[in-house]
Formats: sequence, C-alpha cells, structure tokens
Amino acid sequence: MSAVRLSGVAKSFGGAAAVRDVSLEVRQGELMAVLGPSGCGKTTLLRIIAGFEAPDSGSVVVGDELVAGPGRMVPPEKRRIGMVFQDYALFPHLSVEANIGFGLTSRPRERREALTRRTLELVGLQHKTASLPHQLSGGERQRVALARALAPEPEIVLLDEPFSSLDASLRAGLRREVELILREAEATALLVTHDQEEALSLADRLAVMRDGRIVQVGEPVEVYGHPTSRWAAQFVGEVNVLSGVATGAGVETELGAFDLRSPAEGPVHVAVRPEQLELTAAHESNAEVVAREFRGHDVLYRLRHEGGRTVIVQLPSLELYDVGARVFVRPARAAITSLVD
Amino acid sequence: MSAGRADAFALVTLALAALVAAPLIGLPLSFLFAPGGLAEFAGFVPEAALATLLLVLGVGAGTLVLGTALAALVSFCDFPGRGWIEWALVLPLAMPGYVFTLFALGLDVPGIRSTLGAVCVFTLVLYPYVYLLARAAFLAQSRTLIEAARGLGLSHRRAIARVGLPLAWPAILGGVALALMEALADFGTVNLLGVRTFTDAIYRVWFIAFDRDAAMQLATLLVSVTLTLLVLERLARGRARHTQLAARGDVVPPVRLRGLAAAGALIGPLLLVGFVVGAPLAQLVVWAAESVSEGLLAPEFATATRNSVLLALMSAVLVPTLAVVLAYGVRASRSRVAGVAGRTATIGYGLPGSVVAVAVIVPLGWLERRIDGLAGTGLLLTGTVIGLFYAYLVRFLALAWGAVEASLARIPSSLDEAARGLGSDRLDVLARVHVPLMRTGLATAALLVFVEVMKELPATLLLRPLGGDTLAIAVWQATSESLFETAALPALLIVLVGLLPVALMIRLSGRRGAELEAAQAAGAWAEEYEAVRA
Repeated sequence: MSAVRLSGVAKSFGGAAAVRDVSLEVRQGELMAVLGPSGCGKTTLLRIIAGFEAPDSGSVVVGDELVAGPGRMVPPEKRRIGMVFQDYALFPHLSVEANIGFGLTSRPRERREALTRRTLELVGLQHKTASLPHQLSGGERQRVALARALAPEPEIVLLDEPFSSLDASLRAGLRREVELILREAEATALLVTHDQEEALSLADRLAVMRDGRIVQVGEPVEVYGHPTSRWAAQFVGEVNVLSGVATGAGVETELGAFDLRSPAEGPVHVAVRPEQLELTAAHESNAEVVAREFRGHDVLYRLRHEGGRTVIVQLPSLELYDVGARVFVRPARAAITSLVD
Repeated sequence: MSAGRADAFALVTLALAALVAAPLIGLPLSFLFAPGGLAEFAGFVPEAALATLLLVLGVGAGTLVLGTALAALVSFCDFPGRGWIEWALVLPLAMPGYVFTLFALGLDVPGIRSTLGAVCVFTLVLYPYVYLLARAAFLAQSRTLIEAARGLGLSHRRAIARVGLPLAWPAILGGVALALMEALADFGTVNLLGVRTFTDAIYRVWFIAFDRDAAMQLATLLVSVTLTLLVLERLARGRARHTQLAARGDVVPPVRLRGLAAAGALIGPLLLVGFVVGAPLAQLVVWAAESVSEGLLAPEFATATRNSVLLALMSAVLVPTLAVVLAYGVRASRSRVAGVAGRTATIGYGLPGSVVAVAVIVPLGWLERRIDGLAGTGLLLTGTVIGLFYAYLVRFLALAWGAVEASLARIPSSLDEAARGLGSDRLDVLARVHVPLMRTGLATAALLVFVEVMKELPATLLLRPLGGDTLAIAVWQATSESLFETAALPALLIVLVGLLPVALMIRLSGRRGAELEAAQAAGAWAEEYEAVRA
C-alpha cells in the first residue's frame, strides 16, 4: 500500500516549468529521498504534496484520498501530512510542549496529552518541555520540528532539506538520530535533499530528479551501482564514463574488460565507479598519477591514461602512489557495470 | 477550498480599501456637480492660497534649518549630556500646535497673531520630524566615506558638509515633507492665530455658511497642495537613493567638544526644549490649578474627558483590528490586486482631518437619506459617532497598518505553512500564530491611534454629534474665547497622553542598537522576537 501516489504531476511558475510529468509512489513505512541539484523542482514537488501549491495537472493521492487532481484541491490543513521545514518554523512564542501539541487541538484532552508526552519521549526532549525555541540548540530544534510533525500521526512526514542549516560536523550524527526516530515511530517519510551522501545513507529508496523530472528511482545500492543515465551517474558520486564494444555478457574498453549487468551488443558507454578500478605496479605502466587527494580512509587518484583520457580511481589508503608515478590501471575483480547514454 | 478562502480575504481587503479611498476619490467630483460652488466665496481661495504658501515656505525653511542643525550637532559632536539631549529634542512631538498656541496667547507674546507667529509655532513643534530622519541618516553613514574625504584633504567639518550632509539630503527632505504635511493639516493653530489657510477656510464655509459643495471644493484644493508637495519632494530627491548602511560600530566618530562649545551644545537644546515643552507644561499646571481652585473649570470638563477617552479607546480597538484584517488579507491572498488595495487603503494618512471630515460626510449623508427613507432612522450616520469613527478610520488606518504590517512582515511564511500543515485553517493561524507574535505591533498601533484621536481637532469638530465635545475641542473653544485657565487642564491631559508614544519611541530606539546587533550576530529571528517581548 502506498502512503502517497503522484501521477503525471506538473507545475510551472509564470511559464517556467518547475515540475514536469512526475509520477512517484511512496510506500507505507519507507523512508524515501528525492535527490537533485538546487532548482530541480524537488521542493516544489514537496509543496505540492503538502498542499501549499496546486499542481497544474496530474493528481496526488494521500493514503486513499485524492487530495489534488482535476477539480479537486484539499487545503493543507485537511491532508494528514506532517512537514519539517528547512528553518524548522517553530512557533517562537510557544514552548516545546505547546509546539508539539499545536496540531492536536481537535482531539480530546487526554489523547492530546498522551500523544504529546509520547512524542516528547520519542525525540528525547522530556526535560525541555517548557523551553522556548530560542533556548534550544540546533539539533534540539530539529527534533522539536520532527516531533511536532509526527505528533498528529500523519500519513507521511515531508522533510525539506532538514540538515542543511546545521554545521557539517553535526550533520552525520543528527541524520542517524532522525532516522532512528522515524523508524521507531514507524513513520513514512519523504525527504528532499541535494546531498547525495545524505540520500544514499538515509533512504530506503531514492528518486533522482533533474529539471523537474524524475530520472531514476531505486534503492541506494541500485542507483549508485547501476545508474541509468550519464547525468545520474555523475550526480550520485564520481564516475568514469568509458566507451567500449559490448559482446553479450561483457564489454571491452580501453581500460580492459568489464562484466555487463544486462547483455548488449555493439558500441556502448558504460559507467565505471572509481572503486571499480585498481592500480598495480606489477605490469608495465599504462598511466601516470596526475593528482592525489588523500581522504584518510581512502585516496582518490587522478590519472592520465596512455590513450590520453583522465581516469579517476579510488583506493584504500594502505599503499600510496606519488604524483608522477607510473602505474598500471585495470578493472577490479567483480566489477559489473551498466550502460549509460 | 484554500483558493476560495484566499479570495475571501482579498475581497475583504478590497472592500476596506474602497471604504477608505472612495470618499477621497469622490472629493473632486464636487466640481462637476456644483461648478459654481465657490463663486460665493471667491475671496477665500487667493487668501488661503497665499497664507498656505507663506506657511509652507516659512515652516519648510524653519524646520529644515533647525532640525538638520540639531541632528548634525548630536550626531557629529560629542559633549557631556549628549545621550540625554539626543532624546530630549524629540519631546516637542508630544506638544500639539494648538496647545503651544494656547501657551503663547496666554502669555500674550507680541506679534503672535500673524503668519510669522504661526510659522514660529509650527517650526518649534514640528522640527523633530526633520531632526529624527536626519539623525537616523547621519548615524547610518559609514565612517569610511568621511575618512575618504579627509584623506583627500578636507577637515572634519568640511568633510561633513561636503559628504555627510549631501548623503542625508533625501532623509532631510522626507522630514521636511512630513512636517509640512502636519502644518497643512493643522486647524487649531491657524484658526486661533487668525491665519486664514485652507483648513480655516473649510471650517468657515462649513460652519458659518453650511455650504458643503464649497467645502468639498476647498478640500480638493488643499489635497492638491499636499499632493504637489509630495511630488516636489520626490523630484527634489531626484535620483539620490543613497542607501548605505554602516556596519555596526562603524559610524562616523563624533568630535569631542570642550569648554564653551560643549556648554553651548548642552544649553542651547535644553533652552529650546524647555521653551517648547517645559515652560508650557509648567504654565499649564499653574493655570489648571487656578482653574480648579477658583471654580473656572468648564462644567463640561468631565463629559469632554469621558468623550475623549471613549472615542480614543474605541478607535484604538477598531482601527488596529481593521488594520490586521487588511494586512492579513494582503499576506494571505498574495495577489497583486490585494497589494494595491493595501496601499490604497492607507492614503488617508497625511490628509488633513478637515478634508477627511468633508470627504466622508457627503457619502454618509447620501446613504443616511436612503436608509431613513426605508426605515425612518433619521440622522443615523452623520448625527452619531459612526461618522466620526469612519473619519478616524480613513485618517488613521495607515498609522495602525504601518505598525501591524511591520510586525507581520517579520513572521516568516513557513510559520503559516507549518501551522496549516498541522491542521489549522487561515483564521486559526491568525489567532494562534500571528496575533500572539504581533502583540508588540498591535499594542503600538493601539497606542498611536489612541493618542492621535485624543489630539485630533478638526475632524472631531466638524463631525461630532451634539453634546459630543472632547478635550481637544474644549481647549480650542476656551482658547478662542481667551479663557486660558479653563483651557489649561484639558490641554495638560492631552500633552501628558501625547508623551506616551514619544516615551515608547525613545525606549525602543534606545534598545534598538543592542537588539539589532544581537539579532544580526545570531542571524535568528526568534531572538529578536524574544528581545522585543521581554
């Protein structure tokens, strides 16, 4: 069963298309990320689901209710959707407890108090109930925003770039925390981000978006390992796009032979991730190290191949090659690649 | 449907705008319906035009020089007591022209009953407009500009004259324009001093000749003078749009004055404020005490006080409430039409009270005759306070709107959306998010309207129902009959109430610096909100 289903949704602002023909399904209980560069229409998509924008065409179904479609536009307050804003949008005049209880006024008092208490415990802010938003740290504010969205038990929680206003050093920890809270609440969540690392590490599934269109949907491993387009391959991490000749189950490129995920014939392009290549000093060299980016746990090398092209290779930082060193680059074992355009 | 709701708000906004703007737009129509209306009063127009012109020139020059000089003194010089002087110089704002006139007439200042006398009175009570705006502009100047000028070989004084003053020019002109609008709107001072300007002519045509068409036409002429003035100000300002904000702590360092210069810088402004505010207050207290002990107090004093307070209180509730509806309508509908409507609904401010009174009475009278024909209700609108409230709304809506809008604009729209996502409809968002966050702005709006209604004279005089005298009318009436002791107590009350918003402004401005700094440092809106609330 799906928590949210979009079909053929389009929206433009004054002639400029922000979202074009997007169909997407968020399954109940999953954590889905929409990943795209800024200006790709992902925030507009979120606002259409929340009801702050009306789609020009297409339909939006939340749970089993059509909330936007031809001749129908359910206002945001009637949609059973929780939203976490980029700036959190906490009500500055209300305590943590009142913020969390804000969406519960229509429920009986005991129910309201029980829900508020339970949500407070869920996000671990029982000791801050009376604090005002400005007395909280960035991470605490975010937890309040999340709790406030979760408290009315919405069909889905929408998160708009939830980590972008936090320090980089805090981000990874809070990401984990938010994920745990969402899992514990068994909530369905749709997160919008431009940070591929965030999307890959957090989401059950992710949708890559470009120029208002969804270009690929899949599990992080799938989207990263087997991008369907050159653009998606380049956006979700670093990649070498090699041309070669496919012969059924394999492809022959200038760097050597790779296994193909699905059989093909003739001239093709394949996406090879930097970690799908390895270096060895054993053979006579076919490339020279042009630059080396030491990243602690691994090293990224930029090589000039004898064919003239630049190749990027990622290796564990066990053995280091200096800039200028002659090396032999070849496919790593079990390197399976996908065709791209 | 959210679209439907938004349209409902836009509709209310439009209706309010129409309510406020329609009478003013209707004014010039009087020339069509009664082309010869002014024939009977042919002498009034040139007389009023000349007096008004002299007044504009005199008050313009007076406030320009006095306001700018004082602003330059406190901005570019440092002397013992500067902090106090800076704010004491604002106090004359609390002194209505007609109250100072009461003081001057009571002391029988020679030559006061003349155009020159009126120019002096207006210059003394209106210079703070120029002073405040010029001071703000001076303080916003970056020291680097002055230092660049000094590096090019200018002395500190010359650098200020050649760089500081020209940069502040738009602000200074804006201040002069505000002062002139107040002078043009005034009725009490010119009437008491026998200067026959347009407002005085409107009053005479209305009350002595009962000629509404002629009054409307005179009002139209006065509005054109006001509009011309605004256009001239825009032209004079020209392309000068020097918006440059100094980084905090980066203002032009003041020159330290010593000895005689420092004493002069302290004593001069003190004498001025003492003369404009201190002396009249002291004199009013003496007269008021006499009037009480000798039983000279007008028998209507209690009624007038009650009327004033009731009118002011009710306006202080009504006008800000409608301002919230208006501002919220503009925010909720996000359409261009609503934006235009918002601006239209605020054109009444700066228009003289007598003009507004004349403008609202005609449509009200028409409506009243229709209703009377149907229900036999008599003078339902013009004979009651309804007409008066209408005039106050037209005149003061902009005042309340400014305060309300400013605080509404600081509420990020994501708060609206967060509340709506949590199940609140627009009215609920207004009640549970906006109104609590706008408390400071609403209180300011209510205070401003309260005080302005207490001070208001011409519209109240023209529209009050029978027996509806207010404190302001009592002051004016007693003064015009030279019963200065009788006028003193109501005048005293008006000045004391008028000090409230001035005190509030001083308090807010005093804190503004530290508060803004904190907000900028934190980059957070919530902090600023808390600071304002605390």
